[in-house]
Formats: sequence, C-alpha cells, structure tokens
Amino acid sequence: MKTLPKEYRTLSGLSGPLMMVENTSGVRYDELVEIELTSGERRRGRVLEIESTRALVQVFEGTSGIDIEGTKAHFLGKVLTLPVARDMLGRVFNGRGEPIDGGAQLIPQKTLDINGMPMNPYSRDFPSEFIQTGISTIDGLNPMVRGQKLPIFSASGLPHNRMAAQIARQATVISGHEDFAVVFAAMGITFEEASFFMEDFRKTGALQRTVLYINLADDPAIERITTPRIALTAAEYLAFECDMHVVVILTDLTNYCEALREISAARKEVPGRRGYPGYLYTDLATMYERAGRLKGKSGSITQIPILTMPEDDKTHPIPDLTGYITEGQIILSRALHRKGIYPPVDVLPSLSRLKDKGIGKGKTREDHADLMNQLFAAYARGKEAKELAVILGEGALTDEDKAFARFSDVFEDKYIRQGEYENRTIESTLELGWELLTMIPTKELKRVRDAYIDKYLKPRLEAKDKA
Amino acid sequence: MPNEENKIRGVIERISGPLIVAKGMLGSSMYDVVHIGDIGLVGEIVELKDDTASIQAYEETSGLMPGEPVVCLGEPLSVELGPGIIEQFYDGIQRPLELIEQAAKSHFISRGINVPSINRSKKWKFDARVKAGDVVEEGDVLGIVQETVVVEHRILVPIGVKGTVKSIGGGEHTVEEVIATIDDNGTKHEVKMLQRWPVRKPRPVAKRLPPNVPMSTGQRIVDAFFPIALGGTACVPGPFGSGKTVIQHQFAKWAQAQIVVYVGCGERGNEMTDVLLEFPELDDPQTGHPLMKRTTLIANTSNMPVAAREASIYTAITLAEYYRDMGYSVALMADSTSRWAEALREMSGRLEEMPGEEGYPAYLGTRLASFYERAGRCIVKGKDGREGSVSVIGAVSPPGGDLSEPVTQNTLRVTKVFWGLDANLAYQRHFPAINWLSSYSLYTQTLDEYWDARFDDEWSGLRVEAMSLLEEEDQLREVVRLVGIDALSREERMVLETAKSLREDFLHQNAFHEVDTYASMDKQFRMLKTIVKFHHAGMEALKKGAPMNDLFNLKVREQIARMRYLEEKQIDDINKLENVIKEQISAIVPDVSAEGGEQNENVA
Repeated sequence: MKTLPKEYRTLSGLSGPLMMVENTSGVRYDELVEIELTSGERRRGRVLEIESTRALVQVFEGTSGIDIEGTKAHFLGKVLTLPVARDMLGRVFNGRGEPIDGGAQLIPQKTLDINGMPMNPYSRDFPSEFIQTGISTIDGLNPMVRGQKLPIFSASGLPHNRMAAQIARQATVISGHEDFAVVFAAMGITFEEASFFMEDFRKTGALQRTVLYINLADDPAIERITTPRIALTAAEYLAFECDMHVVVILTDLTNYCEALREISAARKEVPGRRGYPGYLYTDLATMYERAGRLKGKSGSITQIPILTMPEDDKTHPIPDLTGYITEGQIILSRALHRKGIYPPVDVLPSLSRLKDKGIGKGKTREDHADLMNQLFAAYARGKEAKELAVILGEGALTDEDKAFARFSDVFEDKYIRQGEYENRTIESTLELGWELLTMIPTKELKRVRDAYIDKYLKPRLEAKDKA
Repeated sequence: MPNEENKIRGVIERISGPLIVAKGMLGSSMYDVVHIGDIGLVGEIVELKDDTASIQAYEETSGLMPGEPVVCLGEPLSVELGPGIIEQFYDGIQRPLELIEQAAKSHFISRGINVPSINRSKKWKFDARVKAGDVVEEGDVLGIVQETVVVEHRILVPIGVKGTVKSIGGGEHTVEEVIATIDDNGTKHEVKMLQRWPVRKPRPVAKRLPPNVPMSTGQRIVDAFFPIALGGTACVPGPFGSGKTVIQHQFAKWAQAQIVVYVGCGERGNEMTDVLLEFPELDDPQTGHPLMKRTTLIANTSNMPVAAREASIYTAITLAEYYRDMGYSVALMADSTSRWAEALREMSGRLEEMPGEEGYPAYLGTRLASFYERAGRCIVKGKDGREGSVSVIGAVSPPGGDLSEPVTQNTLRVTKVFWGLDANLAYQRHFPAINWLSSYSLYTQTLDEYWDARFDDEWSGLRVEAMSLLEEEDQLREVVRLVGIDALSREERMVLETAKSLREDFLHQNAFHEVDTYASMDKQFRMLKTIVKFHHAGMEALKKGAPMNDLFNLKVREQIARMRYLEEKQIDDINKLENVIKEQISAIVPDVSAEGGEQNENVA
C-alpha cells in the first residue's frame, strides 16, 4: 500500500465512536487514519466502511471534542501496525501500544499488521507439552498444554485476577529451560486492578519476562478493540520469531465484547443475541485462534483469556461463544469463594480439552490420567452424597457414601485450596491426590489400574496403618 | 471460461468487511465468481441490482479501495473433480492447504493465493473400461484409476455428454490430458479426468431410493436405538463441552461408508490438525488401511474468512456427490452447521436484508433444507444402474444449549435423526452424551426389518424392551427422589438395576479405548441380548424368592460389565454368558418345594 497520506477537512457526521468523511478518493478499507482536532490534539482511527467517496471511520479515542468544521483527517495509507522487538519484555504499554512506563521508545526490529493472518491448519502442530502452573486444580485435573487456549470463566467479585497473576508468575515447563514470556493485555480494568498486576509482577521479578498492554476503565472503550490484537501480535513475534513460549493473559474479555457491541450499535447493525453483533463468534475466533504451535517452530502461544460472566450466567453470549472456540474452560465458583477457598475452581464443570495430549508417562507421570479420573469421579460422588444427605439426612447414606462425602470436604480444603504464593510441583499435586484417596475404601477406586494402586496407594495405606 | 476480452469488468464502489459492492457489472449472473481488486481476491456475486453487484469475498478485504477493478469470470463457484481428492486437506473453496503453505512460504494464510485444487502434473494410470465404438451415456464408467489403496476412482462420462466412443487411451495420464473422445451425432466431446461442477447445483441422479439400508457406525447408542440409514440425514445439537466433535470424529472413523468427507466449518484449528495427524495413523476396520485413504478433509476454521465458511459446506457436499456418482456410499460430517448459518447471517446483515428470527435471514430454513436434501440413496446416472448414497451428519451448536433457536429448529425440520446431546450427561462423564429419552430416529421402523432379518427376528423386540426399561427407570428415579429407594418393590429395583446396566455397560462407550471405541452390530446384538436375558432371568428369580442383594451382586454381572472390552473376534464368548447367568441365578433361587417359607426374610 503506497498511497501518499491524504488530508481531508470534509467531515459530515459524527455518531458514537464513528466519524463520516466525504469526498474521499483512494481510501483503502481498514486503513489507519490520523485525526487532527481544532485544538491540535491528534487521535487515531480506522476505516470501517467505504462507499465510493465516503469513508466511515472508527475513532479509537472516541469522538468527544471533535467538531465537523475544523477537524482534519489524514489517511495514512497503511493498516494499524505494531513495532515489535525483543526489548518489549519488561515494558508497560498503553492499549495502543505506546510505552507508558517512562522508558525510551522501542527500537523496532519489525513492524507487523496487528490483525495477523489466520494460521494454516495444515501448518499447525498439535499442542502436547504440559505446562506446570503450580495450581493443583489446573495441573492435576485440567492440565494445560503449550499452544492451548484455556479461558477462566469468572464473575464479578471472584479472585480471577489473583489467580491469573499466580499463573503468570508460576507457569513453567518441566522439561528443560526454555525461554518463557508472558504477554498481558488489560482491557477496561480499573487502575487498582492494573496496578495490582504491575506491582505483583515487579515484586516477584516476573516483570522482566512480561510485556504489559494496559487499557484502563477510563481509557477510550474503542481502543479496547485493538488492545488484544496488539498483544497477540507481540506474542506472535516473541513466539514464532524469537522462539519463546508465550503465555498471553487477556482480561477482561467482557469489556472487549461490550466495546464491540457499542460500535455495532453505532453502525446500526442488525443485532444478534442480547444486542451483541452477529459476528461476535467470528470476531472472538480471530483472537482466540491465534494461539497454537507451528510445525518447525519451537515457540508457542498459550492463551488464558479471562471473562466475567454477567450474572454468573454461563449461557450469556460471551462465555457461550468463548466456550465454543476455546479448548476447555476453568470455571470459578462463588460457593467455594464464600467458603473462603482460594483458588475457587469449580472442578466439575471445568474442562481442559487437550488434557489427554499433555499428560502421562514421559510428560507428567504414568498414573496422572487414571488419578485425575478417579479424583473427578470421587469428588462428584461425594458432592452427590452430600446433596442427598441434605434431603434425607446423614443417616440415609451408606458407609461408602459417607466416606465419599468426607472425601469431598477434605478435597476442597486440601486439594483445591492452596496459597496464593504456593507453587506446587506436579509431583506434589499427584502425591496429594493419592494421599486423599486413602480416605476411600480401595475397592471403590474403579478408575485406577490395579498396578498404580499397588505402586502409589498401598505404601500409603500401610504407613497409615502403622501410625 | 470466457476469454480475456469477454470478461465483464467493473469497479469497486463500496467495501464493508467481506461485502464488496461493484458497479459496471451488467451481464454477470448470480453466484458468478469474481476476482476483486489488484491482488485478485476470490469472491462470489450474491446480489444484483441494475449494474451493481454485491459480492461476498472469500478472503480478507483489508487494503482494498473504491475504484479497484472487479473481474467476473463468468462461471459460478465450482469445484474441480478428478483423482487426487482423497487424502487431500482443502480450505473452504477447495484450495489444498498444503499448497497454500508452499505458495505463501509461511505458516499463515496470506491473500490472493491461486493454487490448483487437483495436482496437474501427477500421472495416473488410467484403465479403460469401454472401447472405441461403444455407445455411452452420461454417468457411464469410462475407466478407472486407483486413487488410493482402497479407493478405485471411476472416471465417468460427464453430465450432459453422450454418444459413441471414438477413441480411448489407457496408460499414464495427467488429469488435464484427453483420455477419450465421444462423438454425439457430429459434436465431438473431449473427456479429461478433470471435470468441474458448480457447488450450488446438485448433481443429477437417475432415481432416488428409500433409505432402508442401515449405515452402522459402531456406536452402540446410535446403531441400537437411534440408527441412521444410508443416504439419511442426522443432526447432533449440543452445548459446548458435550462432545459433539468427538462424536463426529467417531462417525468419520467407524461409519460404514466407503468415502468420508469431513468438513470443519468455523471450528477450532487444533481440532482439524488433530484429525489430520490422527487419521493417517488409524486403521479402518473395514479395509485394514489407514482411514485417511478414504477420507477428504475440508477446513475453514473459525478465524478463516467468513464467506468461505459459507461455501465450504457446498464444496463438501459436491465432492460427496461426485463419489456417490461413482457408486459409493459417502458419509459427510459437517461440524458445525451453526457456524455456516452465522456466516449467512453476517452476509445478510451486511446486505441490509430484513432479518428473520435472531437476525438470521428469512431464507435460513430453505437454505438448510436444500442442503440436507442433497443427501440420499439413489441409483446414479449410468447404464449399469450403480447404487450410491450420501449420508449427512450435521453438528449444530445452539447458543447456550438452547434448542429453540432458529438453526436447530430449522435443522430438525429436515433431518430424520436427532441425537440430542445433554450437558448433564457430559458432566457425569457419560459419553457419548446422547440423551436416550429426547433423541429420536425416524429410520428405526424401516431398519428394524433389516436387522430382524439378520438377527432371527429378535432385534426389534430387544430394542423396544431395552428402551422401555430406560423410560421406566426415568419414572422410578423420580419416585426415589421424592420418597427414597425403600418405597420401591423388588421388581422395580430390578428394573433400576437393569437400566443402570444398560446405561453403564451398553450405552456408555469410551471413544478413547482401543476396543470399546467400535462395536460391530453382531457384538451389539449379543450385548443387548445378554443384558435383557439377565433381566428376564432375574425377574423370574425374584418371583421365586431369590434374595435381591445376592442377585445384584452376582459374579456374572462383572462379566456383563466387561463385555464391551471383548475384541470382535472374542464376541462368541458373550453367548456363553447366557449359561453362566442361568447357573449362577439358579444357585441363589431357594428350592421352593423344600423350604417354602423363607421368602420374607430375603426382602432387603
């Protein structure tokens, strides 16, 4: 695209985040626009639609203060790009990719289109390497693998930020010492939340391997549309050109979707469910699908998007469409949170679709899959037994059911609950699982192979007997 | 294709996402393919108004500007047909993804890439089946090419061509070389292996047949309770995490079809990669060769351009019809038709059409119906009266798992089988999570005849009895929930036990277990029969006063639970269980003639 920048003073209308420019020629779809206000202030925008000589521009910083007469629009002849370099690590940027940590401007190694291009499914490599997050409910029950997109479905008032920070701090691979980086994109979160993350990263030394893009709640909403894309572009550069293993944390997707709805409404588009645009699925997919691994590249992008479910409702379009795209979900439970359990991971409806690929002999441990299924089944049965006890009384339970009910309490207290700075290795998570299974009569353990019972459970039971 | 001068050239007027409006397009027709802009993106005309054409672009449109040229190719969106389709991995408009990678020199899909759908340089050994002087009509087999170890590709006389064969050449040919010339009263037709067909036009058949032959899938709940017929249509709606994709993969692996076309429409990239890596490794139980040798994959993942997603479904069904015309049974798996409908909705919205329900266009129902209507079992064109079929299994992803939404409802109106996936079953890790109470199949009656003939008239009786036990269980569980299990009679407890056994030992099937993943009809019949036999014998024994707990804890029940893990060659062992059941049950039935008064104490 080599068109000279053109300047127009022909604004004809402003509405919400949108601006109409007349008598344009040679304007390209998706082109970047620089807007100069009468006050001299400069803003940026992007061409959303062109109809012969009129261009519809979406203004990232919002349209307040723009007047029709004196404002100038420069069409820059290029799409929105991001300068990238390895030096991004350790830096803090705003939602448009400009440094806000007071440091020097980045010396770019490359300039990339923030929209990226779709990965060729033929060129993908299947994610299969286990990532240790140090959180038992993830590592033990919903293991994450490199190249996966595993969202956290949270709700207002739940500690998803603390959990995300913990993952960012602790995430590591158990095989070898490879370059690990975190790209963090905040969309519309409060200053308080943002400074929590920055402080936390700084305090624990995680900052040097982190790139932060921060769009705060009082920053322009429209800018949120670009923030995750900028972050993912940076991640792609680090992963596929610098061969790093990148974990991308996007928070909070709900704010992003709301910004998208705002633009859609301003364009008077036909709404889909709950007023969100019909293309919400496609739009989210163009971000989530940027996770993955590529054949012949050693780097990877793992995504942990965080979203708050409005009214804790999993069928709301944002969690719903996300669940259809991502490879599983970690759901946080208000009930556990009320009991004071951190991290309040709702184990039963949480799911990692790629778990089978990343665990087992040579990856974590041979007994991981069986143990996981058994803990799952035992916890489910224990919860069922407890529900039954509520209706019919404790006396109605069989001895086995009572054992399961007790197990589920201890499981929540010991296995699910852990400290915010407690980094459990996968071995200690697995050992803990076996320890808890000693509470259940051995004959009820139908999901684990006898060989593993002999190897991992028997010694514990004997030790217990002696004691 | 018209030559260069005759092409209609217009200019871009408006750009809005994947929608391009071009002026100066007079003379072009609906659904003609166009090349857009200087980089030549592929698009299709979806609306014409005077000389203005609305075009859906199959590639990302960023960077286009008004005034750039639009060239109409003067023919509708078509696929290339010929040897080399099997084992391929295509995008939504039949471009091989491997070649895209080579042409783009990147792991990412760039724009304006033009690669042939079928390899032009590969030579195939063509074996003629007619000779000069033979009179042929459309659909006749001219000759064959061994496409893969398991697929014999039949080269047919193209639709619309008939006459006397003037010449026919055997030996090695590329797809573009003329292999036969056919003279139709002076009109000479040159036939190549490479043929084209517009995707939106169904390929004609000689006669349609009723769907009364089953397509077994190796999945017990499907084959036994909700079967699909060859040429049938089925839909699998379910919320996320309920196992839609695993079920589709299972069908692609084990369904008794000679050719499988799998289209990933707007779904996850990693899932397609999984299929791509797994299928060449898995052996097909019917042929003993890797599944990939009879499969073609089409992937338009969710992040690939949305309009091409709309086309991918048509590309897939046209390829399926082409193999059907050779006389094969073809199974088409579409995952997921909801994403296709969303693509329709997005284009419709941009065309500013009046929306129907939930923003979907009013023609959603007719589009879905005409797509599913292309399925069917039929006598294909050609003198030899070959039989072929296309069976379509479409996944639906209803938002929030709500089946009342338009895509599910319109799909249910045209498909004959409904496998309703249940999130609660999925949470309990009961897979396949097909709800046996809400699902249905309209083929059950017709297919019962087929299986009854094969299984000594016992099949339909077993099925009906098993299903009614499951229904009864549902009611009994309601009672238990209200007043506790003690309120049930001994016979009712037996019903609960048998229903549990049906659920856990028969309906539940582990797709990731090397044996359990597939069960032949013979195995299914034996398993079902054994479970029902145990129920009968158990009821009998209870009447005679056998202690209930002893009955429920019989050793043979463990064997029943392990039936599913018996390999196909061991399935006769299942028949032996019948005697074991008899023996063990008679051991716990009290000798009524000797001590008559013990029954009461046996009541648990």
